[in-house]
Amino acid sequence: MPSITRQPFRTAVLVLVWGWLLFLVLAPNLLVVGASVMTRDPGTFISLPLNLDAYRQLFDPLYLEVFLHSLYMAAMTTLVCLLIGYPFAWALSKLGKQRQLLLIFLLIVPFWTNSLVRTYALKMLLATNGLINSALMGLGWIDEPLQMLYTEGAVIIGLVYLLLPFMILPLYSVFDDLRQELLLASHDLGAGRFATFIHVIVPLTLPGVLAGVMLVLLPAMGLFFVPDILGGSRNLLVGNVIKNQFLDARDWPFGAAASIVLTVTMAILMLAHRLSKQRIGEEGAG
Amino acid sequence: MTRWLPRAYLVLVYLLLYVPIGVLVVFSFNDSRSGYTWGGLSLRWYQSLFNNNAMVEAMWNSLWLALSAATVSTIIGALTALALHRYRFRGKKVLNGMLFVVMMSPEIVLAISLLALFLLVGIQLGYVSLLLAHVTFCLPFVVITVMARLSGFDESLPEAARDLGASDFTMTRTVLIPVIMPALLAGWLLGFTLSLDDVVVSTFVSGPSYEILPLRIYSMVRVGLKPEVNALGTLLLVFSLVMLMLSQWILTRSKR
Amino acid sequence: MKKTLLSLSNLTKQFDGKTVLDSLNLDIYDGEFITLLGPSGCGKTTLLRLMAGFEHADAGTITLSGEDLTGTPPEHRPLNTVFQHYALFPHMSVFDNVAYGLKMEKRPKEEIRERVEEALAMVQLQDYMRRKPHQLSGGQQQRVAIARAVVKRPRLLLLDEPLSALDYKLRRTMQVELKRLQRELGITFVFVTHDQEEALSMSDRVVVLKDGVVQQLGTPREVYERPANLFTARFVGETNFFPGEVESIHDGAITVDVFGLKRTLRRPDFPVREGQPLHVLLRPEDIRVLDPADEQGVAGKIVERNYKGSTLDSVIHLDDGTEVLASEFFDEDDPAFDYRLGEPVKVSWVDGWEWLLPEEADEPVHEDALTDA
Repeated sequence: MPSITRQPFRTAVLVLVWGWLLFLVLAPNLLVVGASVMTRDPGTFISLPLNLDAYRQLFDPLYLEVFLHSLYMAAMTTLVCLLIGYPFAWALSKLGKQRQLLLIFLLIVPFWTNSLVRTYALKMLLATNGLINSALMGLGWIDEPLQMLYTEGAVIIGLVYLLLPFMILPLYSVFDDLRQELLLASHDLGAGRFATFIHVIVPLTLPGVLAGVMLVLLPAMGLFFVPDILGGSRNLLVGNVIKNQFLDARDWPFGAAASIVLTVTMAILMLAHRLSKQRIGEEGAG
Repeated sequence: MTRWLPRAYLVLVYLLLYVPIGVLVVFSFNDSRSGYTWGGLSLRWYQSLFNNNAMVEAMWNSLWLALSAATVSTIIGALTALALHRYRFRGKKVLNGMLFVVMMSPEIVLAISLLALFLLVGIQLGYVSLLLAHVTFCLPFVVITVMARLSGFDESLPEAARDLGASDFTMTRTVLIPVIMPALLAGWLLGFTLSLDDVVVSTFVSGPSYEILPLRIYSMVRVGLKPEVNALGTLLLVFSLVMLMLSQWILTRSKR
Repeated sequence: MKKTLLSLSNLTKQFDGKTVLDSLNLDIYDGEFITLLGPSGCGKTTLLRLMAGFEHADAGTITLSGEDLTGTPPEHRPLNTVFQHYALFPHMSVFDNVAYGLKMEKRPKEEIRERVEEALAMVQLQDYMRRKPHQLSGGQQQRVAIARAVVKRPRLLLLDEPLSALDYKLRRTMQVELKRLQRELGITFVFVTHDQEEALSMSDRVVVLKDGVVQQLGTPREVYERPANLFTARFVGETNFFPGEVESIHDGAITVDVFGLKRTLRRPDFPVREGQPLHVLLRPEDIRVLDPADEQGVAGKIVERNYKGSTLDSVIHLDDGTEVLASEFFDEDDPAFDYRLGEPVKVSWVDGWEWLLPEEADEPVHEDALTDA
């Protein structure tokens, strides 16, 4: 009987999969939640008693400032990615299918290239005696080099450069799904270009915008190597704080609490994305 | 309407994406020590790269890690996808949810949670911890790739195989695996590059006993400019391109 | 007298060098239900899109009651479209979909509400106003699309194969519904379809199109009973084509040789001369199947029989190899009426039920055309 022979294989597969996910996903995450409410301990990293000191520490003016600055840079990164990516995805979706595939391929080639190396390449361009400054001085547009490296702007440029494809791909996918007929229907019912954009195109591409925001905003708070290479010591991300707390200061509760802030941000964004998709009936709304 | 405006815009964005990479490649052949002035054509940075023993060792370590992480995550990911696709079991939604969370959550969150686990359980930081971590973050991508392939697949094929007397295992081996083969290859390649490129998770879960390439690059680029990085970056770029084209070739060939 | 509402003159449209419409002329009357009928690629949808303003003609003009619309963008044309796949805005409720056009006209809120409710009541969907399109069945979505288009009180409603996504039964219901709406609203309907049955049953006039050229323009009865050419005859309904040759010409009548039978038929409109080959067209329901002993008629045998409920359809193989389709109504006196396969019969028809067409050089009659729907 098939129902007998299928059991051992099925059981083995399920045990392996569940085992892996419980041990390497669920357990570690619970551990972080646990660590965030425990007390810092120099020997064992964490110890009892339970308390909310780590969360209180997040509101310490010193850290609050770092967090807000990180959030600001991440938000700017996301905004720039959106401003570049939205028209980009739109223009891309209007090309022939064959050309679209080629351009998508070209978009992900950099993504397949080591991100550290790409960040380093930006450093070469932005440095005080780097190529951009040399070029501008050569052209006589500026007299002395601009300070571009180790600024907030450099960090944002670096993050945009690394994360732009993650904004474009979900946007491209919603523009690709956008049915031409709906735009025609809007014109047919008396709407001009602008009204059609506001009432039809924007709401229908919103899930893509939110997916892109999610894919850009969170890494933009976590990619600690970008400020390390381009930003100097004053433009830190939440990721740098977490890294310092875990690897250098050995303050696990605080590092864990900071990472839970990221997780909660992610949860909120995911919820917003889900709701936006339900609005246009793409996911079962009942 | 003007057709050239959107096109010009596309070209501009691609230029911005590729100029830094182009500069990197060009300067990897630069004879000058300075990263900013051209000193003639030379392969000296490639030479110095390969004369650097620690660098070569990190390369081999990274390659071995990426190979093993891609292979293990492909096997587990494929089995997970098959289980999700074919079996009805309790907690299926929870399993799906966990994979989704791994994929969406910021790398750094995954990194510290794994670090905490390894230190608490007593797994030494090195190859094993790296492998476990890399497999974990590659897993959801393999599952998604394989699931996509399975969802466009004729449900009656496995049933026909079972009807003709194949056991579940035999059917999986003779019918399902060949069907999902292109997805397995694509998933493997994706895992391979994700592993080779990872900085964030590796920073946390690697130890001094096992140095890997991204961390070696990281320590080199933090301060100043190192022309060897140009050479290394160019090599990695060529390597990625070859892999990418290979995967495209395999995928298009399998469609015929 | 019939008043022309929309006048198309010399419309020409090419895509990538391929001519889709070839200097087409058409006058659409006020209040009529006119159907553009043709196979896919005949240009009917392009013609509709030109009227809506979604495409621009390479040459020619479109005028609505004397006003030139040729360069007017769709949002400023006083006509509306019901799209093939409805094109309902998925993020808006049924109410908001129907209200969209009125909001664009910046109508007062109260008026919008009244008119939307009225339009939805007309398609019997007043209880579904708060639903989203994906919560409706295909038929209901179709009705919303119609309500959304008519709520603006257009002069002309363009319908692009609006029923093609519905199943057979729903199609029939919607056909009746559309006719009723058109009568009640008094709006001119321009309906595009490739389904000849739909075209015949719904329209006041039918435009048969092929390769961007009008093949025939007439009432459904004219198109079906007096097709202007072989294409129309073949495309609209099933037809038997018998090869005939003119034997002699009299006043108002000609004698034609069909399979050796000498039949005296009404003289056609086109010029004829003795010895000229021509086609004798007979619809399956015009065919009489006779006893093999009958004197008139062509001999053959039954090769297929299909019970169709109200009719018995059969295929008869004539001795020279020609296949003939016959469709006979059941006779109340003989409910058990049936054929055996292989049964010898004779085939004939009542004089005057035939339709004659000249041989057309570029229209060779292939054997498969006989069974082509």
